[in-house]
Amino acid sequence: MFDDLDALLLARIQFAFTVSFHFIFPAFSIGLASYLAVLEGLWLKTGREVYLTLFRYWLKIFAITFAMGVVSGIVMSYQFGTNWSVFSDRAGPVIGPLMAYEVLTAFFLEAGFLGVMLFGMEKVGKKLHFMATLAVAVGTFISAFWILSVNSWMHTPQGFTIGANGQFLPADWWAIVFNPSFPYRLVHTVIAAYLTTALIVGAVGAWHLLKARRSEAAPSVEPNGSPAAVASPRASTPEAARTMFSMAMWMAAIVAPIQIFAGDLHGLNTLEHQPAKVMAMEGHFDSHPNGAPLILFGLPDQDAATVRYKVEIPKASSLILKHDLDAPLAGLDTVAREDWPPVPIVFWSFRVMVGLGFLMLGLGLFSLLARMRGKLYDWSLLHRFAVVMGPSGLIAVLAGWITTEVGRQPYTIYGLLRTSASASPLDAPAVATSLIAFVLVYFAVFGVGVWYILKLMGHAPQIGEPGLEADPDGPIRSAGITPAPSVERAP
Amino acid sequence: MGIDFDLTIVWAFIIAFAVFAYVVMDGFDLGVGILFPRLEGEERAVAMNSIAPVWDGNETWLVLGGGGLFAAFPLAYAIVMPALYAPIVAMLLALIFRGVAFEFRWRDPRHQGFWDAAFFGGSVVAALAQGIALGALLQGIDVDGRAYGGGWWDWLTPFSLLCGISLVAGYALLGATWLIMKTEADLQAKARRYARWAGLLTLAGVGAVSAVTPFLEIEYYARWFAWPNVLLTAQVPLLVAITAFAFWRSLAKRESAPFLLALGLFALCFVGLGISMFPYVIPNEVTIWAAAAPEKSQVFMLVGAGVLIPIILAYTAYAYWAFRGKVGVHGYH
Ligand code: HDD
Ligand code: HEM
Ligand code: HEM
Repeated sequence: MFDDLDALLLARIQFAFTVSFHFIFPAFSIGLASYLAVLEGLWLKTGREVYLTLFRYWLKIFAITFAMGVVSGIVMSYQFGTNWSVFSDRAGPVIGPLMAYEVLTAFFLEAGFLGVMLFGMEKVGKKLHFMATLAVAVGTFISAFWILSVNSWMHTPQGFTIGANGQFLPADWWAIVFNPSFPYRLVHTVIAAYLTTALIVGAVGAWHLLKARRSEAAPSVEPNGSPAAVASPRASTPEAARTMFSMAMWMAAIVAPIQIFAGDLHGLNTLEHQPAKVMAMEGHFDSHPNGAPLILFGLPDQDAATVRYKVEIPKASSLILKHDLDAPLAGLDTVAREDWPPVPIVFWSFRVMVGLGFLMLGLGLFSLLARMRGKLYDWSLLHRFAVVMGPSGLIAVLAGWITTEVGRQPYTIYGLLRTSASASPLDAPAVATSLIAFVLVYFAVFGVGVWYILKLMGHAPQIGEPGLEADPDGPIRSAGITPAPSVERAP
Repeated sequence: MGIDFDLTIVWAFIIAFAVFAYVVMDGFDLGVGILFPRLEGEERAVAMNSIAPVWDGNETWLVLGGGGLFAAFPLAYAIVMPALYAPIVAMLLALIFRGVAFEFRWRDPRHQGFWDAAFFGGSVVAALAQGIALGALLQGIDVDGRAYGGGWWDWLTPFSLLCGISLVAGYALLGATWLIMKTEADLQAKARRYARWAGLLTLAGVGAVSAVTPFLEIEYYARWFAWPNVLLTAQVPLLVAITAFAFWRSLAKRESAPFLLALGLFALCFVGLGISMFPYVIPNEVTIWAAAAPEKSQVFMLVGAGVLIPIILAYTAYAYWAFRGKVGVHGYH
């Protein structure tokens, strides 16, 4: 018995660990793929060199990110069977086909065009290359569509019947795919990916603006005494750093408020379908018959069913959730204890996400102010802020997922299948061993990958940035179904 | 069932096809990885270039095979995956090392040696794990109700190890013949030598596995040797012998034939596997009908698969055709 419990906990940790690692890469590459498509489109339209420079610069980073997304994703598609086999047996008829569609419509599309995108510009011409870039961007979106439909169905299941053998059987595919939480989750997650990318791009831009200013302040001196030529072809181009910074700040200024709005709608939808999750997010252990307070901070104590040291705004929670100061709100005291999610985790991860969301909004507004004053490219404080906010998108995304997933506990299929009844009949040592192996390998391999990415980001974009294909020591690499180009046969 | 259109059989064929497509396609690129330590300097770059642009597409078939099994035969997926837990996890971890090595090797010339080793190790472990998984499935899996009933070391037996080693040899054969087709001069000559060795080992492996399989106390014996089935099943070893002979003769001079004949060998082994297993997904325990998803799931997916798999195949075939020919050190010459 004790062993069973351990294996379950280990399996949960393993799933959370592998999927969190996996999602870091798509969160960045969904946004980056679209950004690359925009850059290439702008380049084709305006012919301005700077767009091509940026395209090539980010393409290298994209190649590494994508490769890591793929290998960590393959792990995910087997996790369901290895660690959640009872869940797979029961839910397979419903969610299996959706995931199969993801493979057929998204993964093959991405794999098919990635090769062309990564090193095909000379080979296939500009127009076709642009099509390939678009295809990859669309592929990442389709992938998000299907997997989020699967995930949302587990939160708000509908359109099924339950068979004699306990399996969930599909009854209405439309209802399954477009289940109630899906539209909200899709919008919120895709916008999150865009924000994440914008913040990273913005941070890299800001970093190089800061660096350029520092070297301006202390101009480097050539051995013969003359200042380094600014226009030498390999000199870093502040223009590229400016362009990416400006684009990213537009994105933050426009999209952050939309995200906050979308998150609010998402929360209202959750209140309707998973009220216990919202109670945990809000820290409402008690019901409030006339107006619930908004707890800003505090330490939730699950055992004592109370929030200690709380700072609250009276009636504000009712205002947000019900648009009425005095509306009654039920608390966890109306829910059976064994159906409570772990409140402290949900409470805090939610605050991390929302707090970062407002900081992003702050950054966006700051950039608008700087723009108005004509100081967008030389306000150090703004640039420092942008650099610090670089990873905030990734953190918010993970915090959001933790809110969502931990908040649905103790169920895997909400209200219908408990997590404790979903796991594989595995021995704890097997799961423990594999968990340790995943942790070691992921930190080592993906750590190195992230290091390479940071190294690439540390170099300023160069005028005439070499493409992947022209890299002298970089032959063709990862991905795609485009086989190696042939060498002209010697006669 | 009977004469009317049986979707379960259709799906069994689709999944089998996806798995086969995976085995031969990722097989040759894993095979190149297995031969990697025997290549030197520039040769490694050439060999890597010959597979770098295809491995992601190839591995997508693995996702389709696994995901397809989940979707079309959820019960089988739910029983087999925990049963093969250790080899599957080993395979996944190995594929991570090998997948990133393609990128990292060029990113960081100072640690190229390390990533080359990761590429080789990843390829060998992935191949070994797949072979072991196959062997463990063939020798039978303990089923308890609708779940796996065995322990977490059940997969490890002399038979499953034999299958694992044979598959490593088989992939090395595919990799070597792929290099014969894709490269020139010294490297090609080398590849021909390795293809000979790998071919011998593969045939020995196939022979040993085939000799043992009918005696695995499962009904395999009946399926192979019962009269009049044996008239048909006997064609398989016969064809294997013919293909092996043709392969041998092609090895010295021909460019593409060895690869195609090696593919033929794999196809025949796969047919043999089908004869042993059908109509079970888990030998003696779960038939394809027992494991199948309900018709509604099968139909829903068939619409997509029917349209998309042919397109994917056509595109893949076109791409391989358009880029036929030899590969150079820097890819673009
Ligand atoms: C397609 C389905 C799916 C998707 C896209 C995600 N999850 Fe999830 N998650 C599950 C399906 C799932 C699950 C299979 O349903 C788990 C396993 C056990 C459970 O209760 O739910 C789960 C559990 C689970 C847990 C453990 C909760 C607990 O045991 O208290 C965490 C922390 C996460 N997930 C985090 C994430 C993150 C960070 C994701 C994205 C980046 C994510 N999940 C995407
Ligand atoms: C448990 C859930 C998940 C599973 C089983 C899963 C599975 C996979 C697999 C197998 C791949 C590799 C595909 C290939 O071979 O090309 C992959 C990549 C990808 N996944 Fe996931 N995934 C999951 C969660 C998510 C989520 C939540 C999203 C987005 C919202 C997502 C978006 C992507 C994208 C865009 C890629 C392409 C590679 C990349 O951009 O890095 N995945 N995923
Ligand atoms: C500041 C205002 C925000 C609010 C009010 C908000 C609201 C929410 C809510 C209520 C959920 C849980 C939904 C559920 O599980 O049913 C959620 C999930 C999530 N949030 Fe936010 N969010 C905000 C900002 C952000 C930001 C800035 C990001 C990332 C850049 C983000 C990324 C996510 C992600 C990835 C999820 C999980 C997927 C999902 O369920 O949609 N959120 N958010």
